[in-house]
Amino acid sequence: MMRALTAFLLTIALTVAALAVAVDEKPLEDPAKEAMARELMKELRCVVCQNQSIEDSNADIARDLRQIVRERIAMGDTPDNVKAYLVDRYGDYVLLEPPLKPTTYFLWGSPFIFLGFVVYMVLRSRKKPVAPAPLSAEEQAELDTILGKREDDA
Amino acid sequence: MQRFAPLIIVLALAGLFFMMMTQEGRNPNEIKSVMIGKPAPAFSIPGLEADAPGLTDADLRTGEPVLVNFFASWCVPCRAEHESLMALAREHGATVIGIAYKDTPDRSLAFLDELGNPFAKTGADLDGRVAIDWGVTGVPETFLVDGSGTIVYRHWGPIVGDGLEAQVLPALEALK
Repeated sequence: MMRALTAFLLTIALTVAALAVAVDEKPLEDPAKEAMARELMKELRCVVCQNQSIEDSNADIARDLRQIVRERIAMGDTPDNVKAYLVDRYGDYVLLEPPLKPTTYFLWGSPFIFLGFVVYMVLRSRKKPVAPAPLSAEEQAELDTILGKREDDA
Repeated sequence: MQRFAPLIIVLALAGLFFMMMTQEGRNPNEIKSVMIGKPAPAFSIPGLEADAPGLTDADLRTGEPVLVNFFASWCVPCRAEHESLMALAREHGATVIGIAYKDTPDRSLAFLDELGNPFAKTGADLDGRVAIDWGVTGVPETFLVDGSGTIVYRHWGPIVGDGLEAQVLPALEALK
């Protein structure tokens, strides 16, 4: 039983792995270059499917972009060259990790700003409460009357 | 003041979201074109008709503004915007060039036979590489190129609704 289950799970795992490369796509012959291309595909956003990389998108254009990535890597381009090639056409949007530049300082800085805010809030809430100033004789007398009145009511 | 801080933050965020949501012409699916202000990429593709001359980027540097429309016979929104392209060519005297994206020429021609042909020239981008050079994410997309071959405007998606009157025509007018 256990063995059958293992075999079943293994079959599924292998099928999924096989499906990861679409049928009509030919990996590069040089395994090092293919690995480089595949790594790069994971960093490139599919331009029609919001937050999928071109590596795991089924979109037609993602397939075309994968082919371009393979071609350029095969031609000897570095991953940075390939990225620059795509950024020239589609802008920074194609990079899943946005570059650090003046327009993205806030984006990259926002976690630290938020963290600073949280630290400030925590420190503030930790402050020991200040003991209230003692009541003056007048106030004490007023308090006594009020309390006394209450007792009378009850 | 302190106690109202959370309320103010929530109201400010709600206001911001509402503004972004209702903003005219804002489409979160649209990627801003980085091609605007750049020269049209070089290309050379065959025409749709077998005997027609091919289409190259030189056809975009005639001194007159041209619209370049990426379309396909299999593309439903292209059907929807076709009327606008016809109006541009017939009523507004614009030169429209059609590039058939990943489509067989006979099907593209049948599409134009059925709906009318607004294009002064056509080209067949069989493998979609020209479209990628232009930063096209899908058909239809329409680019406005000034007489010197510089891309000045891109219309993302079909030209429907008030897209023609409110966006394409003013962009075209600005070049005259």
